[in-house]
Amino acid sequence: MNIIKKAAWDKFKDCDVTPEEVYHDRRRILKQMGFVGAGALLSSQANAGVFDLFSSEEEKAAFARVALPHAKQTEYDHLLYGELTPENKVISHNNFYEFGTSKTDPVENAQELKVNPWQLVIEGEVDTPLTLDYDDILKMFPLEERIYNFRCVEAWSMVIPWVGFSLANLLKKAGVKSNATHVAFETLYDPEQMPGQKNRYSGGGINYPYVEGLTLAEAMTDLTFMSVGLYGKTLPPQNGAPIRLVVPWKYGFKSIKSIVRIRVTDNKPKSSWNLLAASEYGFYANVNPEVDHPRWSQASERRIAEGGLFSAKRIPTLPFNGYGDLVSGLYEGLDLKRNF
Amino acid sequence: MKNKQFRLTSRSLFWLKGLMHCIGLLPIIYLVLLVFNDKAGGDPVQYIIHYTGVGALNALIATLLISPIARKFKQGMLLQTRRLVGLYVFAYASLHILAFFSLDLLFAWGLFFEEVLKRPYILVGAAAYLLLAALAFTSFKAVMRKMGRRWQKLHNAIYLIALLIPIHFYWSVKSEIIEPILYFIMVGLLLGIRLKASRWWKQLSVKSKFKGREINPES
Ligand code: HEM
Repeated sequence: MNIIKKAAWDKFKDCDVTPEEVYHDRRRILKQMGFVGAGALLSSQANAGVFDLFSSEEEKAAFARVALPHAKQTEYDHLLYGELTPENKVISHNNFYEFGTSKTDPVENAQELKVNPWQLVIEGEVDTPLTLDYDDILKMFPLEERIYNFRCVEAWSMVIPWVGFSLANLLKKAGVKSNATHVAFETLYDPEQMPGQKNRYSGGGINYPYVEGLTLAEAMTDLTFMSVGLYGKTLPPQNGAPIRLVVPWKYGFKSIKSIVRIRVTDNKPKSSWNLLAASEYGFYANVNPEVDHPRWSQASERRIAEGGLFSAKRIPTLPFNGYGDLVSGLYEGLDLKRNF
Repeated sequence: MKNKQFRLTSRSLFWLKGLMHCIGLLPIIYLVLLVFNDKAGGDPVQYIIHYTGVGALNALIATLLISPIARKFKQGMLLQTRRLVGLYVFAYASLHILAFFSLDLLFAWGLFFEEVLKRPYILVGAAAYLLLAALAFTSFKAVMRKMGRRWQKLHNAIYLIALLIPIHFYWSVKSEIIEPILYFIMVGLLLGIRLKASRWWKQLSVKSKFKGREINPES
């Protein structure tokens, strides 16, 4: 696996292509003509169209990411299917409804998220509750780079080099009590910084804060990863800075971002998409080509990879996103068609 | 002295049509620029599908706006622009489907039919597209003359299309329903205006006024 490091995505400044004023003018004209979706008129913050991409790059500085010392962990690399998704695509195509519902909203609206100071609380059925600050998060454990397949429930996928540590390490540090059965996660709730949280509609109907959950067995599997970086640097906010979960055999919405609370529980926690539409998004949400989303097929996925428009690939989706050998044992005796 | 009432001349209509072509084409040029400058997000395929879909729907709203505006400002000639704008709906919808078929499904026919069946929202979109195509192919003057009264009947299908597309939109999204709902409201208003203007509505309201008195409003 060779890691292709792309230059920053603003390698070509807009002005190399078209004079800046022309761009701005065109942007204004297009807006006046109403060629932006109707929603863009509603909330300029949360639904800001792509037309703001040009100005945001010039007016707002991109979030500063720092290099993270890490060791390469290649144990799971043989389960990858495909080349790395270029960094510029990983950080500009995101679902993070807290910053707006379109794929380009997070990169536009999240750049000013304050991640330092940060507080991550580990509590619940543990021997020693922990409160980690920003430095703890980055330095408490030796960091590893792991490359994982990533499959979104919307049937697109990427291959991403994450930097972080196993969730199990963190849970062991806190000491899980014997009556614990599940682990619950919660994203930052801060409508001032996260425009999608201001009202239910700009955030896609989700009742914030965003919450997720795993069974204890899932959480303790080595594959379950706490990511603090990607492509060798700290996470940008649109990917869930400063710390997020990565559960590569589940649909992307399980991999909750910008976490402030991890609670070990003795009952099944709630999860946001399940609360919103239980018939479409289950608690397990394991990647499964046999179980379609009620409104679209999950049998194949569009791989977002190197190259332009015509290099897109549609590939078959694998059970457990390719990690079946490692995790199918967690679901023995469970009917995965009913427990989707 | 009061000004003479403004009337569209065929010359100003010519320029108006030119302007409409610009409004129709500019967004496509813009999209091409975005895509080739890497500004259409990490997944330009999805971006293009959404952009052209919303473009078609916006053009559809514009088409439906023409006759109320023409009536309100008494500019009958404006009605002659409906064909032009309507064909842009068809053009954007064609690009939308072409993008889906070529860039997303990569010309996999099998997958196309599978997806059409598996995703009910695509079935709705496909139905709307077939109707749109029927309207586009019968939009020539000669065909119009040949079809006579049946032409108007067929072209009333635009109202059905106007309802199908927001359904297609609403059904395709995960949970971001505010935008499709806004389009539902817009289409509702535009159809409402027509309902109100139609004789049927007038009759209905007259009847309800005289209800119980057994007076035939027509007599
Ligand atoms: C065979 C016909 C059609 C197919 C296969 C099709 C396919 C699609 C697909 C794949 C999406 C995107 C769903 C997603 O991934 O989020 C979509 C959305 C959409 N389509 Fe279509 N479509 C068809 C017909 C039409 C027509 C005729 C129109 C308009 C005149 C239209 C307007 C839209 C709109 C407005 C959206 C929502 C865009 C957005 O989410 O921003 N579609 N369609």
